[in-house]
Amino acid sequence: MGNLHSVASALAHVGAERVVVTHDVEQIRAADRVVFPGVGAIRDCMSEIRRLRCDELLQVALTEQHKPVLAICVGMQALMSHSEENGGVDCLNVIPGTVRHFGQPLQDAEGRRLKVPHMGWSEVRKVIEHPLWAGIPDATRFYFVHSYYVTVNDRTLVTGSVDYGVCADAALARDNLFATQFHPEKSHTAGLQLLRNFINWTPAC
Amino acid sequence: MGLAKRIIPCLDVDNGRVVKGVNFVGIRDAGDPVEVARRYNEQGADEITFLDITASHEGRETTVHTVEQIAEQVFIPLTVGGGIRSVDDIRTMLNAGADKVSINTAAIHNPELVRQASQRFGAQCIVVAIDAKRVADVDGLPRWEIFTHGGRKPTGIDAVAWAVKMAELGAGEILLTSMDRDGTKNGFELGVTRAITDAVDIPVIASGGVGNLQHLVDGILLGGADAVLAASIFHFAEYTVPEAKAYMAERGIEVRL
Repeated sequence: MGNLHSVASALAHVGAERVVVTHDVEQIRAADRVVFPGVGAIRDCMSEIRRLRCDELLQVALTEQHKPVLAICVGMQALMSHSEENGGVDCLNVIPGTVRHFGQPLQDAEGRRLKVPHMGWSEVRKVIEHPLWAGIPDATRFYFVHSYYVTVNDRTLVTGSVDYGVCADAALARDNLFATQFHPEKSHTAGLQLLRNFINWTPAC
Repeated sequence: MGLAKRIIPCLDVDNGRVVKGVNFVGIRDAGDPVEVARRYNEQGADEITFLDITASHEGRETTVHTVEQIAEQVFIPLTVGGGIRSVDDIRTMLNAGADKVSINTAAIHNPELVRQASQRFGAQCIVVAIDAKRVADVDGLPRWEIFTHGGRKPTGIDAVAWAVKMAELGAGEILLTSMDRDGTKNGFELGVTRAITDAVDIPVIASGGVGNLQHLVDGILLGGADAVLAASIFHFAEYTVPEAKAYMAERGIEVRL
């Protein structure tokens, strides 16, 4: 959504002790938890991730330091193998999967036209229970804004799904990584609850 | 259950105060924008729109500060519009905490701004605001034109064609205000709302003229809008956001409760 500061102020609001918006290697290495929010179009996003070496830092945080990591929206899309956006862009392949355009015309099950981008509050079906879902009922509405959607290859990683003409992956989890297509920082009380769960999360791995 | 229709309270802000012109005369003070925004956040509004109607340069700096304060306390999407002329203006507002930026007159003077902004920041944060007014019918069909300067200055641009062009240039959403209805409390201009929602694939927010809750329902069921924007009915506590949502839900509209 164009905005990293929204995530920072939401985390501060739910009690994160110190939130830094940074691409500084040392600060990210020293952090207890890492949030990986993506913004804008995937090609620019990926080139910035690589230029700033955030891809390496993410790998270190995930597999060496075993820190809790939360990826949001384009941040989640960047984790996939490939995105159709901008004529096709290779992504980080942290989680094998693809990012596709919703396609037009898009329709719901009753044949009604759906607008793209998918913008607004949709119900997220909890596919698997997870510590980040604590206190959040099934079918809670979260705020989405995206024209491309994720499908991971390994379906056991899907923790939440959303129906918008297609069945899209709304949330994924693997070990110390959690990812959401929706914006918890813009999803009012439910989103704040998820962020609170994230800052209190101690992954098992 | 699908996507909820959105209710968006709108704050028209002049020199740091929420105001609302009633029929364009007699500006009524509706309070401190940070307080007002926080109240709507608590009430369960789906988004908030902040339109800066301040003319002076000093006032615009106040606006940036106000947006920062709202963004720290409001955890729903915040759109900021009014006086946005350049990519730099957009960046300033996004950095201040806006999630989306609404472009109006600048898009008319320089449509390329919409394309540049969309490529730079993503379509999801670029809203194009259209102020439309009914003009003489053409071949027996209604026609709406874009007007600037608060509805006083015609541009000759067809509102429906303009919405289509803006979507093609990369707008992520259209904020459609009927200048015939704004401030009247007579309800949305449903003709232009329906014409534009049918013509574009991006979401459309209906604005201008809400005086009661049935108007919100009509904007969605008859106008086809994806979201409805209102100001005075909420500012002066005629209705709360939960009352509006309950009314809409009773009439079969999907809302976030």
